[in-house]
This record gives sequence, structure tokens and C-alpha cells, in this order.
Amino acid sequence: MTLELFLMILVVLMLISALIALETTNLLSSIISLGALGLLLCIAFLFLGALEIAITQIVVEVLLLIILIRATFHRDFQVQENHREKLGGILALVLIMLLGVFVSQLFIEFPAFGHSVMERFPDSPSAAYLADGLEKTGAPNIISAVLLDFRAFDALAQIAILFCAVIGALAILRRQPHKRTREQDRESDAA
Amino acid sequence: MPGMSMIVKTVARWLKGPILLLGIYFTVYGHLEHSGGFAGGVIIACAFILVFLAEGKTAENRLLSKNVAAGLSSVSALALLGLAAAGWFWGRGFFNNFLPTPAEDHFRLISSGLIMFYNLCISLMVATTLFVVFVILSAVKVVLPPGAHRDHALEDPEEA
Repeated sequence: MTLELFLMILVVLMLISALIALETTNLLSSIISLGALGLLLCIAFLFLGALEIAITQIVVEVLLLIILIRATFHRDFQVQENHREKLGGILALVLIMLLGVFVSQLFIEFPAFGHSVMERFPDSPSAAYLADGLEKTGAPNIISAVLLDFRAFDALAQIAILFCAVIGALAILRRQPHKRTREQDRESDAA
Repeated sequence: MPGMSMIVKTVARWLKGPILLLGIYFTVYGHLEHSGGFAGGVIIACAFILVFLAEGKTAENRLLSKNVAAGLSSVSALALLGLAAAGWFWGRGFFNNFLPTPAEDHFRLISSGLIMFYNLCISLMVATTLFVVFVILSAVKVVLPPGAHRDHALEDPEEA
């Protein structure tokens, strides 16, 4: 019960920092409140005992924060005043409530707090991973064993995404543009 | 981009070693403890970015040049693919962990077959990629010619 209370406090604080990040007019304070949001999420993961996710969360959040501050700090920044129409607001509210009705039906299917899906399905793959993971892969860290042995294509996709990031970043900062003119295109077609 | 003050530079000089060591530890012990190649790689990238931010633009070429980092990232991606494809030749298929994992080696550093090498590849890839992306994001800035509308003209400040 105390854990749930802690988590609720953390979620409320997260919501507050997310709202500040959205609503503030200062870019730097917006980024910093995003960082506070990430830190609170990391603390929530620590309370839940998900140490690996907490480490990744804090590390990525810190780096993302530095990158965001460095990349956007000197940009000029204009605040746009948006006057939302009344009809649009009501429509959005109705849509959100409709969505909430459907999503709440989904929540009924969830296992109760503190109980894993494995309890309901004892022959699920995750139970097998936990039981035989060390035996089959030799890695005591089951998360590593799952990510890099049982489900290694996840790592492959991750590497592919990072490779695309490198290619895109290098394409932004190349010395000479590779845009071809129409004359060049015509010449290559004729040749 | 000029560097920061002497205090920041000194602290960065002291901290870069321990941060690098933490990243390498996370990478190498990824199969034994709560860590992994991704987290370790991000921490290593953080060490490089710290030095880059503290010392300014001059540190880029001395420390880890952009092109070298891009090359390392490609090499590590190819190494991971090669390790995965080696499963075709010596194992049962793609991404097969074909090295033996005997029970007496459990909880030792050299154990669990290829997982450690996958972790090393992923760590190198993540570190170099994030460094390249960071260098490029900090080098590119929006340059507006006078009288122009808000048109996102990307320009390399070294050429300008």
C-alpha cells in the first residue's frame, strides 16, 4: 500500500512537471522540467524494482537533456498565442472521454498490482526464460540473456536505428550538397 | 564554440576517467549485473560529450574526430552482424549463441558465450553514434540572411 502511495505521489509530480514543460514560455526551464520528469520516472522504476530500466532511463535522460540544451539553447524561439475554438475543445473532450471508456475496459484485463502475467499463464515463455535462462545462456542477468540471446533481433533493430541516425547526421553536415541539377540528370539519361 | 571556464575544464578533466570507467564496467559486466551495452555506451558517450563541452571545438579532433567516430560506429555494426552471421557457420542459425556455456563458468566474467561480445559491439555503436549526433547538432545552427523569412537554412559554421 505504501508503495502504491509513493507511486501515486510520483505520478502526480510527473504530471506537474510535464505540464510545466508544456506551458512555460522559457525554453531552458521547459527542458529542465522535462529532465525532472525523467528523473521522477527513474525513481518510480527504482521503487518497482526495475533496476535495469532505471539505469537506462536516467542515463538516456541525462544525455538527452544535455543534447537538447546544447542544440536548442541559442535558437530563437517564438511563443505563439493559440486561441482555441470552443467547439474544437468540446469535441476533443468528448473524444478523450470516449477513448477513456474503451481504455478502461482494457484495464480490467490487466493483472492486479504486484502480480505478474506469469502467474496467470504458468507455461508462458517468460516463465521459461526465468527458469532456464541461466542454464541455456550462462548469463545471470536475465534481461541481457533475453535481449541478446533469446530475442537478439531486438538488438539488431536497435543497431539499425542507430546506424540510420549516423547516416542522417552525416547527411546534414556534409560539405557539398549532392543535389543534382536538371542538366546533369538529362546528361546521365542520355549517356 | 569556445570552451568553458577553468573550473569546468579542471572538473571535466578529473571526471572523464571515472565516467569512462563506469561505462566500460557497465558494458563488460552487462551479462552479470544490472547494466548492459546500451547504458554503458551512453555513459561512454557522456564522458566524451563532457570533454567536448568543457574544452570547446578544439577538443573534437584531438579526442575523437567525427569521421573516426562514424567509422567506428559502422565497424561495430558490421562486427555485430558478423557475430550474428557466425551462428550460421558454427551454430544452428542466425544469432545462435554457439559458444559453450558450462555450468562451472556461471557468474564469471568470461562466460555466457557471445553475449559479452554483443554487448561490446552495442556499447561501441551507441557511444560513437551519440557522439556523432551530438557533434553535428552542436555544429549546425540556423543562419538567417537579413530580411529572410523563417526559413530553416542549415549551414556549416566552419565554412561561413
